[in-house]
Parts: sequence; structure tokens; C-alpha cells
Amino acid sequence: MSILGTRVVRTEDPRLLTAGGTYVDDLRVPELTQAARVTFVRSPIAHALITGIDAAAAREAPGVLAVLTANDLDDLPPPPPDDGGGGGDGGDGGEAAPLPLGGPWTEPLLAVDRVRFVGEPVAMVITTEHYQGEDAAELVSVDYEPLPPVIGADAALAGESLLFPAAGTNVAVTFGAPADATTFDGCEVVVERTIENQRLAPVPMEGRAAAAVWAAGKLTVWVSTQNAQISRFVLAGALGLDPDSIRVVAPDVGGGFGAKIGLDRDALLVAWAAKHTGRALRWAETRSENLLGMTHGRAQRQVIKIGGTLDGRILAYRLEIVQDTGAYPRMGGFLPFLTSLMATGPYDIGTAETAYRVIVTNTTPISAYRGAGRPEATAAVERAVDLFAVEIGMDPADVRRINLVPPDKFPFNSPCGAVYDTGAYSAALDKVLAGAGYQELRAEQARRRERGDVRQLGIGVASYVEITAADAAGGETARLVVHDDGTATVYTGSSAHGQGHHTAWAMLVQAELGIDMDKVTVVHGDTDLIPLGVGTYASRSLQLGGVAVQKAAVDVREQARRVAADMLEASESDLELDVDRGLWHVRGDPEASRTWAQVAGHAGEDGLAASVNYTEGQPTFPFGTHLAVAEVDTETGKATMLRHVTVDDAGTVLSPLLAEGQRHGGIAQGVAQALLEEMRYDAAGNPVTGTLVDYAIITAAELPSFELLASETPATINPLGAKGIGEAGTIGATPATQNAVIDAVSHLGVRHIDMPVTPERVWTAISDAREGR
Amino acid sequence: MIPAPFTYTRAASVDEALELAVQGGEDAKFLAGGHSLLPLMKLRLAVPETLIDIGRIGELSYIAEQDGHIVIGALTSHDAVARSGLLGSELPLLAHAAGQVGDPQVRHRGTIGGSLAHADPAADLPAVILALGATLVTRGASGSREIPAGDFFLDLFETALRPGELLTEIRIPKPHVTGWSYQKFTKRGIDWAIVGVAVQGGSVTLVNMGSTPLRAGAVERAVAAGSELRDAAAHAAEGTSPPDDLNGGRAYREHLARVLVARGLEEARSRS
Amino acid sequence: MKVTLTANGSEVAAEVEDRTLLVHFLRDAAGLTATNVGCDTSSCGACTVLLDGRSVKSCTVLAAQADGGEITTVEGLAAPDGEMHPVQTAFRAEHALQCGFCTPGMVMAVVSLLAENPDPTEDDVRTALEGNLCRCTGYHNIVRAVLAAASGRRPS
Repeated sequence: MSILGTRVVRTEDPRLLTAGGTYVDDLRVPELTQAARVTFVRSPIAHALITGIDAAAAREAPGVLAVLTANDLDDLPPPPPDDGGGGGDGGDGGEAAPLPLGGPWTEPLLAVDRVRFVGEPVAMVITTEHYQGEDAAELVSVDYEPLPPVIGADAALAGESLLFPAAGTNVAVTFGAPADATTFDGCEVVVERTIENQRLAPVPMEGRAAAAVWAAGKLTVWVSTQNAQISRFVLAGALGLDPDSIRVVAPDVGGGFGAKIGLDRDALLVAWAAKHTGRALRWAETRSENLLGMTHGRAQRQVIKIGGTLDGRILAYRLEIVQDTGAYPRMGGFLPFLTSLMATGPYDIGTAETAYRVIVTNTTPISAYRGAGRPEATAAVERAVDLFAVEIGMDPADVRRINLVPPDKFPFNSPCGAVYDTGAYSAALDKVLAGAGYQELRAEQARRRERGDVRQLGIGVASYVEITAADAAGGETARLVVHDDGTATVYTGSSAHGQGHHTAWAMLVQAELGIDMDKVTVVHGDTDLIPLGVGTYASRSLQLGGVAVQKAAVDVREQARRVAADMLEASESDLELDVDRGLWHVRGDPEASRTWAQVAGHAGEDGLAASVNYTEGQPTFPFGTHLAVAEVDTETGKATMLRHVTVDDAGTVLSPLLAEGQRHGGIAQGVAQALLEEMRYDAAGNPVTGTLVDYAIITAAELPSFELLASETPATINPLGAKGIGEAGTIGATPATQNAVIDAVSHLGVRHIDMPVTPERVWTAISDAREGR
Repeated sequence: MIPAPFTYTRAASVDEALELAVQGGEDAKFLAGGHSLLPLMKLRLAVPETLIDIGRIGELSYIAEQDGHIVIGALTSHDAVARSGLLGSELPLLAHAAGQVGDPQVRHRGTIGGSLAHADPAADLPAVILALGATLVTRGASGSREIPAGDFFLDLFETALRPGELLTEIRIPKPHVTGWSYQKFTKRGIDWAIVGVAVQGGSVTLVNMGSTPLRAGAVERAVAAGSELRDAAAHAAEGTSPPDDLNGGRAYREHLARVLVARGLEEARSRS
Repeated sequence: MKVTLTANGSEVAAEVEDRTLLVHFLRDAAGLTATNVGCDTSSCGACTVLLDGRSVKSCTVLAAQADGGEITTVEGLAAPDGEMHPVQTAFRAEHALQCGFCTPGMVMAVVSLLAENPDPTEDDVRTALEGNLCRCTGYHNIVRAVLAAASGRRPS
């Protein structure tokens, strides 16, 4: 029996549980023994001109080796030529403009003459000891001349204060057609609403960290990243170095969630400063820095408009987005493209329109956060469907069933331009409804409403489809070597930061070759060993990196077949691999066999090895339904989650254990967005949720145990039948939870509450509804 | 984040602590469990030059019964208060509220005296000891004082303690009326109270409805006059000045105070 | 000042600044890097260790306060022969860790919890872990692991 699909515990865990991981700040390698410490001086002001920096006092402070500012960045290659990208209302940036934008939107490494968000790096202090850095950084005196801050969509669009005067606008990208007046013709009911998909902080438990050494013409950079190989090319470009003279190592990485794709300017600066000063350097940000300096996610204001018939058929949908991308147009400028692509979700809606504008504001830049554009799409359409359902007085689950893409329509061309590969959408919905006992929940809700209970019950449903491995054409690499002691090593371009790649890839090798997974070593994140690779984001690992490992294993198996045939003096076609025992033998003669060690030993100089760069022409489209049950205290407005039931169909499951873990984590983050989390700024652009006291990460005490139901509809484009599972949780759980809380008070007249649906917001919504506001 | 440099000293006794305080002058601070002070120092919102670690003064960690009172040493940990059998039977309000402070790690280190002396209006215990009619016993260079809880909390993070004066004991009369309730309203279990309400018999106090813990006098008078509990609770926000912050605006907190006082009165009555 | 303490059964002595936090003493002076720093505000619990047998957040304890004390970190939990502690075993069996960064603190918080309450309910566990943040697991499998370790049953 194949090991695939079975509950295998992780090979990573004994080390993590007994010795702890080796994250960047834990590295005790010889190259870093004498490493000095980097502490950043960051802007305390959202928008200002820098009129002077006086570092004299800091330079005299104990342990200070150097204080570096933008003036010291004189040994870097010139910035790339102005590509004219972005700006204006003509949409020069285009739908998939390569971001970050250059030209007038260029982001400096250290602030030059202007700061654009609280937390922007202004100077670097290098000290021999860790503790000295914070003392000295306080002594760097920066003169700021405040400028009017641009906070929020309205201020950005008004354009009275500009972040980039040379661009002439705060709108970096414009996309989509103006509303067509006829789109909603023929609809009996049309509902329109402006909703917020609030700004979140990713908060991986390990913040950003980097260490760097320049020695003998080679730069070595250890960085907490999801993509060592991409980071190498980014470093080469920014520092003007040959990629061959750079080694990037991603050691253990304490979570990423999209915010550690590549590397930030802070880490680039650490690498640059190591070369510039000739000192080994180490930097690990504090949580307070992390909440301001690491990119944020989401931050969309959405206008949703949905129309259809009184019997529940949705005919038209329009989604308009203002994407706040923070102070610099990084990947945030691309997120609304993905949101638009997935706007109609799992529904067969005849007419759909999308349009978006990407604006800059004096806030932390926006980038990917678990789901990256797709949770925003699902949140919008799932709110729209519930608003439509309540308007026509139909059960929201029934409205979904009527409109889900039917199974005979796959592959399905969505009106937004996506091609959904495979799916069983209404089956997922019905499975969740049955698993949750939907009718009984509705009956209990009715009883509480009838009695006028203080604690009302809400049931929230969200169906979704998402896109994974959106950049499938970028592919992923794998190299597999079988050694003459019978062990094997996998070199993967995918990047592990908690997902369990080491276990999963070993399972794939065992399944194909019969080499016990305990004998399979998986190596990732070292560009000297793995120069080419893409890394982990967009739920791409298994369907690209995993398939690459499997294909490498198949290649090695066929090489071994030739060697074993030679050893056993038989024809290749008569050779069989006994996968259960890991032995080669001639068909019909299992006793005369050869082990992998013997075959590898006989394989000659090149040994048994294969390299694969697997690319795929199409992304995949996982789908599912989440159902959340909330109890809302109508006197205080506080919501308590009682249950969360899901189907997340990501094709064939390789490791149920790992897949469930991904779902659990995503659900928690989704519930957290719906109920608790929001990165907030005051009108002056000061963050008011800058520590973990105020930025409310969800804890065990706020969550129920989750009820996961299984469903596997294989993908057809890859041999594993796999789709991505990493982001399902945030995509499905967020709107299910939000819908549940609103549903609990909908009988009181409440139609919508923006996320996070805090107690105060729920209470305010109830009060307003009671007073007819 | 790291505290600014300071000089660490350690006292083995109350006398030694008071002597060190005299030596340290105005820029010295007592360090008990450290769970109020050290976080502020790490954010560099507090920058004392000298810390006097009183954490090992064993003579200040006790819970005992004395002349119809319960006496608690100021360095008794929240965890010890929460788990005390004596408090569980005699002052369940205090034991329960101490179990609501922070998280288990915080309760292992944090002390009742440290929490009271820090005087955060969002903290649980100041309002609780106010409801219990406690007396705070202090020692300073000029001798010992007994300060009623109602006179102890002066303002945001400000108490009647004089420079160099040490809170040593909390004395609480055994309540005549046994019904009690502690209503702590938070978004997450770990959070500070957005609003809290402590009820002991007819005594009702409020957490985070002003710059100090507050007595809900109008409610107490209404209850004493025999009002229906819900009617009495309608007075809960009178005379308060709650903060307006990201966890709730003034109007919401005033509303919460009324709701929580009603629930607290009802629960207390059900327990009496 | 000189701080001397026992870490995982071994005496560690070092001359450190008065302001040295226990977590940095453990990581830098004692070389025990499993214990991580995850926040600045005593919120996340990644730095949880046992001080004289009880869980504390070592980012909010001065090394000087722990002078003379006994510290246990996750590195000191397994038996001398390497056999994992029942909590460690349960964490692996139930897939209660992903990136591993919160894990050392989480495990120590659980060890302390079970010492105080050997037979917790699910609610007890969830409440007792509210000072330990995990961003990967959604806590689901952590709770299962704690209950499994408490019951002593072979985890599923």
C-alpha cells in the first residue's frame, strides 16, 4: 500500500521539539561568531521631509561601529531606468504591471529626503552588542518637516497631498471599464453596498531577520524568507553583484504567510552593509518593528453590486475596488488583479464587471497575506450573496445552491476570465450542511428568536473557489540523488516554513522508490546547493515542487532499472521494483534481488541522480464551503464562535495530517480577520495597533475545535491530482464567520457589519437598526 | 526591545528595601514580579535609574486570617491568591478575579501588591479591593500607614504611596453579605478589561470607567433603597469618565457598564 | 553583575549587564537558543520557560531575578536517553506544530499547565494557553495534543 494519503507524522518534529529550530537569530555558525548587530532607525512620522540627520552622538555611544544613512549608499548600481509605469488615470500600470513600479514611484533602500510611513528605515546603527543598538539608535537625531499625511482612500483620491509629487497623483494603477448602465437590466432585485476588507498584519511568530557576511568576494546572506533563490537574484540586482557571487540560505523560517516572499529593503540593507563595512552583521527585528515594517495585507475598500430574480437566480455582479497599497506600490498593486479574476467566485453569473484603482497612502506597504487577493474576492461575493438572499427572503444556502457552477460545466470559463478546472461545488455545500446539521441549527435559531433570547444564534455559510499556483508556468525544481548507502537526498526549490515539505517530499520518494522516508534527507533554501528554484507562495508547493520530486523519482527509478538489469543480467523490461521492500528483482524471482545501496553503488561515477524543472501550463482551482456558527450576546455585541465546519477540496491529498494542519491554521486566521484583527492608524498616520497588546492575534480561548470534512476531486493537469491547500482557510473562514455574526442579528434589521465585527460594532449595528438608522 | 540601562539592587527584607529606596532617591523603583514595570521599561516608557528587587522578601508573601480580617502580603502572587483555599471560601471574589489577571505565566510572577501599586485603571484587582473595602498597609522611612482603598487610587497610575514607601499588606474585612460577582468584558480572554464590574453584597465597583477604579455609588444607593436590580444598574455610568479608545468609545463603555452591573448584581444575588 | 543559575540541570554563570533579560541570558550566556522572543509586550509566550518549576515569560524576567534559580527549557525536557517527554511525543503525534517558532514556549506552558491541572477539560486547556500565540496551527491540534498527553493515552 502506498504511503501517500496516510497519516504520517513529521520528520521535522523531533528536532523542533527537543532542540528548537535554527532560525536566523539562532545561527551559531563560525562565520557569524563575531557578527555585529544592526538596529534600524525608523521614521516616527507618517509623511515628512528629512531636513537633516545628526548621528554624531550615536557614533560616540558605547559599542557603535557605524551609523549609515542614505548618503552612504554610494556604492550601489543606479536604479533601473524609468519604465514610465503607473500613474494617471490612463492605466499605464496596466492590469499586471510588474511591481514594484519604478520611475517616480521608486522605493529607496534608506529614506533619502522624505519619509512616507511610520516605520520606514532612515538609518542603520551597527553595534558590537545587541543591547547597545537600541541605546544608540535613540541618539540618532533626525530633523523632520511634517507634510500633510494621506490616510485612507478618500484622502488619497482627493490628491491634495501627494506622496510622489513627480507622479502627479496618488493613484498608481487604474484598471477596468466604467460601469455599464445596462448590466443590471432584467434584475428584479439589485443590492449595492460599500464594504471594507480591513488592513491586517501578517505576524509570523518569527519576525524578519537576516545575517550577512562578505568574504573573499562572496556574499553570504541568511534570511528568513519563503524564497532563497528569488532573494539571490533580487540581491544581485540591487547590489550590482554577479548572482554567482551570492549565497542565500533560508534556515528554519518561523512562518511567512506571504509576507516573507523574497526579501525586503531592510534585509537588502543588512546584506549591503555587510559588504560596505566588511563586518559580519546580524539583524532580527522586534515585534514592534515587525508590525510596522513588515508588509501588511488586504486593505481593500469594495463596492459590491448584485442583482437577480426573486426566485434566487443571480444575473449580474459588479465589484469595484480601491486597493490601498501603502506608501510604495509593491505587490499590493497586483492583489486587486487577483481579486478581480476571482470576483464571481464559484457562481455561474451571466454578467460581471470589475474595476479597480490602486492608491498610495502614508502607511506600511501592502503585499501578500495568506490568500493574497482571493480572500478579498470571496469576502465580497459572499457578503453580496447573503445581502441578496436576505433581500429576497430566501435561505442563503439555497441561493448558493441555485447559483453554484454545476458539475457538468467544467472546465468553466468564468466571466472574469478564469478557467476553473475541476469541481463539485454543490456537493461540497451539501456535505457541509449535512455535517453541520443545518436544518437543526436553523430551528434552534428560530427558537431563540422566538423567545427573544439575549444570546442569539447565527449561521454563516461561505462557498468559494480559489486559484492556486497562479504562476504555474514559473515551475519548480527538484534534484534527487540516491547514494550508495541506500539513502537519498532531495534538493527542492520549494521552501519550507512550517508546511512540512521535508515529510511530504520524503513520502513521495518512498512511494515511488520504496526507500524508507527515514532514509530520505530533504534540503531546501541554500542557493549553493540549489541555485535555481522559485519557492513557496500561492499554494504552489505540492502541485509544482512535489510533482517535480515525483518526476525526479520516476527518472531515478528508470535509471536504476537499467543498472539493476545489468547487475541481474536480465532485460530491463523484466525488472521490477518491490516498493514495499525497496528491492529490485527480476519478475517472478523475488529472492534474487538488489538493494538501492547495491544499485547505486553499481551505477558508476554519475550515480543515480535526476534533476527536474517542472512547469505547468495552468493553475488549479480548489473549492469548498465553510459553515460557522456564532453566538452573539445582543446586549454587549460580543460574538463567540461555537462551531466551524468545512469542506476544502484541494484535489488528491498526499498527507491528510499536513493538509488538515494547513486548514486549521487558515481557519484561525480567517476567524481572526472576521472578529478581531485590524491594523489601524489615526488621522496623522500613527499606528494605534503597533504591539501585540493592541493588535489582537486570536488565541486558543477564542476558537472552537474545527470540524473538517473530507472531499477529494482530483486535479487533472498534474500527475498527483493535487491542488493547493495553504490558503483555503482564510478564504473560506473569513466570510463564513462574518456572515454568521451578521446572521445572528439579521432579524433585528442588521444587514451588514464591517470586519472586524467587534463587540462595539455589533452593538452599534443593533442599536442603529433598532432606531431605524 | 530592551530596557534602558539601570542599576539592579536586591533587598532581602522590608527594612533593607526601604534603606535602598532612600539611597536610590527619586529615580529608584521597587520591582516585585515585574509584570507591570518591565514591559513599560522595555518600551522605554519607564526609565528608572535603580531597581530595588523586592521579589525575594519572603515575609511579604502570605495569606492569613487575623481578627475578622483576611490579610495578604503584598508579594503574594496572583496565582497564589487565585488558588488559596482560604480566599476561595472567605473572599471568592478576590480569588476569582486574581485568576482572571493576564495568563498563567503572568499570574505566576505578578503580585497583588505590584498590581495595586501600579494602579492601572484597566486592571482587575484595584476595583476588587475597592469593592471589598480593603485597607492597604504601607511602610516608609517615617513609619507605617493604613490607607483605605478608597483613598489609595488617586489618578491614572498614581497612588497615595509616597516616594520610597512600600505597600506591604492588604487587609480585607470578611464580608457580611456573601453574594459576589466579577464581570470582566474583553474581546479576547487575554485582554485587559474593556469594562469590568466587581460586586460584593451591596458594594459595586467599576474597572476602566475612569482614571481610577470607581465606586458605582448611584447603583449602590438604588440597591440599598430596594430598587429592582435592572433599574439600579441603569445608574451604572453616572459619574464615570471612561476612556475612548480602539476597544470602545465612551457611549459603548457606558452601555457595557449598565449591562455588566445588572449581570453582576443578578449573579451576586443568586450566590447570596 | 554576575548571575548564576541552573539551566536544564547544569550550572551557568556569567557576568552580564544588570538589565539583561532572562531570555537573552539563556540564549547568549547559556547557549540555549530554542527559547525564542516573539514580542515586546509579554503577549506571545514564545519565551516561556520554567523557573523553579513554574511557567514564566523569560522576556519579562530579569536574569538577575532568576539568579540562583532553576530553569528548564524545552532542551531539558527529554529524558537523558533522548526519549521525548510525553508532551513532546503528543505534539508530534497530533501534528501540534508547524513552523516550530512558538513550540518551545508552548510546550513549556503545557508542561506547567499539566503540573497544575493534570486532568484538564478542553476549555481548561484553551484558557490556560491564552498567553501563548501560535500563527500556524489554529491551536486545534495543540489542544488535542495536550488532552492526549494528559490522558496518557497513545495519541491517535
